Amino acid sequence: MPVTTLNGRSVHVNEEGFLTEYDEWDEDLAKVLAANIGIDLTEAHWKVIRFLREDFKAQGETPTTRRVQQVAGIPIKEQFVLFPKKPGRKMSYIAGVPKPHGCV
Amino acid sequence: MSTETSEPIIPSFDDDDDTDRKLAIICSKGNLDMAYPGLIMGNAALGEGVETHLFFTFWGFDMIIKSRMNDLQFSPAGNAAMHLPNSDRHMPQALAPAMTGMATKMLKKQIADLGVPEVPEFLDLITAAGGHLWACKLSADMFHVDLPDLRDDVEGIITAADFIEMTKGAQLLFV
Repeated sequence: MPVTTLNGRSVHVNEEGFLTEYDEWDEDLAKVLAANIGIDLTEAHWKVIRFLREDFKAQGETPTTRRVQQVAGIPIKEQFVLFPKKPGRKMSYIAGVPKPHGCV
Repeated sequence: MSTETSEPIIPSFDDDDDTDRKLAIICSKGNLDMAYPGLIMGNAALGEGVETHLFFTFWGFDMIIKSRMNDLQFSPAGNAAMHLPNSDRHMPQALAPAMTGMATKMLKKQIADLGVPEVPEFLDLITAAGGHLWACKLSADMFHVDLPDLRDDVEGIITAADFIEMTKGAQLLFV
């Protein structure tokens, strides 16, 4: 399992670069991850990221964009604005959770 | 002192390439089971940033006609691939004609149990994600249907030639 250096410390990641250890993430790291992919985090972004963290912890899997809309109340249109083109993947990366696996 | 500096591994989200990638999905079926492949693939493509167009033709029109879209059905008749629940045994074809109602209910439940939405809501998700919906002119003429009869988010009734032009360079998926 590769280890990479982010924000001055070693973090476990998979071959793609997604964090593999839930507890190695913190909000400072999130800012670095977001910067890595060219995203400036606003309160709207944080709302999504925090939901992803909680929901992953509670459900054991990363919510899909649909679940983010239905449960967290953040419309899909907005998710595409906050995390352009590949919202599911980008938000998961920043939130330090695996890519969503749901088909919908 | 470490002699190696590790470059941080950062996922590539292909923001610069793949901007030209396009997918065109032709939805020609009106049975409940066959409504889904186009929707699932379309939604997946949209989630990966691919410009996606869905073209509804023939029986696929039922997916976008307001008065029919909530009533898609499924019958095992002629569908030799249908099996008894959780079994490798086939549904006997002789029973199939009487089973449309039950088979539809069963299929809807299986789909719902996976957290997959019904067709109208699924199309809402697709347009919310930026997908484009188009209706086939020939089918509209054949079924005597016009824009007001269709979902509000259908962008227009167009000919096959229009669609071919619009989807230049696109990957094509026929369902």
